Amino acid sequence: MSNRFKSRYDDDINLFEGRWHMAQYAILAALLLAAPWVLGNYYLGELTAVLVWSLAGLGLMLISGHTGQVSLGHAAFMAIGAFTNLALMQRGWHFVPALLASAVTSGIAGAVIARPILRMSGIYLGIATLALSIIVEDVSIMAEPVTGGVAGVFAPPINLFGMEIDRYATPEAFYYLCLGVLVLVTLGYLNLLRSASGRSFLAVRDSEVSARALGVNVARAKTLAFSLSCAITGLAGALYAHLAQAVNYESFLVLISITLLLQVVIGGLGSVHGAFFGAIVVVLLPQVIAIASDYLDNTAGIQIAAYPGLDTALFALLILLMVIYEPRGLYGVWFKVRTWLQLFPLYRKGMFRRTRTYLKTERQR
Amino acid sequence: MDILQLLVSGVANGCIYGLLALGFVLIYKASEAVNFAQGDMMMLGAFLGITFINAEYADLPFLIGITLAALILGVFGYLLDRLVLRAIFGQPQFAMVILTIALGFLMRFAAGVIWGHDPASLQTPFVGKVWEFGDLIIPVVDAVIIVTTVALTSILYFFFARTRLGVAMQASSQNQMAAYYMGIPVKRINAIVWALSGVVAAIAGVMFAAKGAVEPSVGLLFGIKAFAAAVIGGLGSLPGALLGGLLVGIVEPFAGRYLPSGVGQIAPYVLMLLVLILRPGGLFAQISQKKV
Repeated sequence: MSNRFKSRYDDDINLFEGRWHMAQYAILAALLLAAPWVLGNYYLGELTAVLVWSLAGLGLMLISGHTGQVSLGHAAFMAIGAFTNLALMQRGWHFVPALLASAVTSGIAGAVIARPILRMSGIYLGIATLALSIIVEDVSIMAEPVTGGVAGVFAPPINLFGMEIDRYATPEAFYYLCLGVLVLVTLGYLNLLRSASGRSFLAVRDSEVSARALGVNVARAKTLAFSLSCAITGLAGALYAHLAQAVNYESFLVLISITLLLQVVIGGLGSVHGAFFGAIVVVLLPQVIAIASDYLDNTAGIQIAAYPGLDTALFALLILLMVIYEPRGLYGVWFKVRTWLQLFPLYRKGMFRRTRTYLKTERQR
Repeated sequence: MDILQLLVSGVANGCIYGLLALGFVLIYKASEAVNFAQGDMMMLGAFLGITFINAEYADLPFLIGITLAALILGVFGYLLDRLVLRAIFGQPQFAMVILTIALGFLMRFAAGVIWGHDPASLQTPFVGKVWEFGDLIIPVVDAVIIVTTVALTSILYFFFARTRLGVAMQASSQNQMAAYYMGIPVKRINAIVWALSGVVAAIAGVMFAAKGAVEPSVGLLFGIKAFAAAVIGGLGSLPGALLGGLLVGIVEPFAGRYLPSGVGQIAPYVLMLLVLILRPGGLFAQISQKKV
């Protein structure tokens, strides 16, 4: 176990805790950069999907994990981002401004909605955002000039630095594009969390009353968090549109909103790692089930493909176990393993014992 | 006359929303938990009703069938609390939201495996029968639904307002630890209320199946709509749930008839958002700002 002696205030807020921590991320970056040479086109596509859903998860994590406002409607903002991006590109915009425009549009939409909606709390907020998701779903059928109605819109190819980027023709270029956007957003996110605004988000999450007493403008903090969260989700929506090549209202059903929240929960609410872990589970679980079902069919003759929706059911079961046994999600598991390794012979069993809690009414807030 | 006819069908639909919303409010009132699987429990109740009553299955009389379905779902609710939900006893509301969403997914899957994905509907003794008052036509099904809903709401209302058990339930939702100190068996109370909400869900499910077709995924959107109804009324108020259900039920056919197409489907949600924006705690608000 390495003990770090902090000699400057900056040590508390540095992105990396020392050399070894930095080296770990350097290895991760090298692996991600090398991925196109190692993986086949299919798995590279899946990895790109992991990146896109991580980005969407990051967006939701900001409002739900770090500001404590549960949103069950973030697919709505993915839809806004996606349709903005495609509609602008079809009208001749270049990809980069269109991508920025989709972030800005979703962010503004979020800010406009945030004021009335964030007066609600807890479960009321959850159901209001859920309703929002359903409304956007129906509006995206009705707003035909922008969204193409029921048929949807196709994604035009991306021109960047004189290179044509297409998800199928040049999958590795599209992968690097998504990776770049994700890394930039993640760095921005980490920087935001150590700024005054980010700290005020955490304060609002932990106790609104105390945050107000400390001089935090709660309404402003919530609105800012919601708007930024929507902007990130909008970016993810735009990238998703290019990943899927065509989107219509069905790409952003209310079920996607719910899955996105479950993804963040399974990864671990309130941790940046959680957004990534959750995305890995959500994207790769159907793959694992498909492989397992092929294997079972070939060896034991058991056909689990006969039950439609099995992957959703297994996902739900995973959530169930996670909420009961590990409320901090996969990040909690990872954290425990890491602590065990760091403390190697000294880890004690009761270290992460949960304290007994009793529910108090949330009708008084 | 047209308006009156729309109103009757709206009220009948609204009563089913109201019944389902009652289930939400029951659990919320007694344990401050929100059951996102209520719609799926209703779906299970509907399928149980079909299994007991329809001629191609058990072919039992209507009243016996509905009682059996209610009993089974009541036991199911009790076991759900004992075996699954008790594991997260005392944890924040949010954990319960996620847990019940996951349970809903599992129920949908189980129903798909057991009953298949084809729409099914219930054969009732009053199918197709109507009462005519001049131009106004009232299907007997609608009348049965309205009477059942009003009766059930009043019974539950007096249960919470007047009986020891009902008051104990309200106390345990406001502060679990204080309720313990007062000698209330909080865990047993939770189990009882889940059983009760199972019974209510079964009745709502049978009523739903008597009016329309049931398939495993019907619970999700219907549940969300009923949840909207409960929120409009102010979660935690039983008459509010019924009123919210009626509002949603009535707005839907009128918006579908008089507003451009597509607006009808989202009208209940727009209504809910408007109510929540103007009164963040619903019509019968139960929330108050904490004083420090």
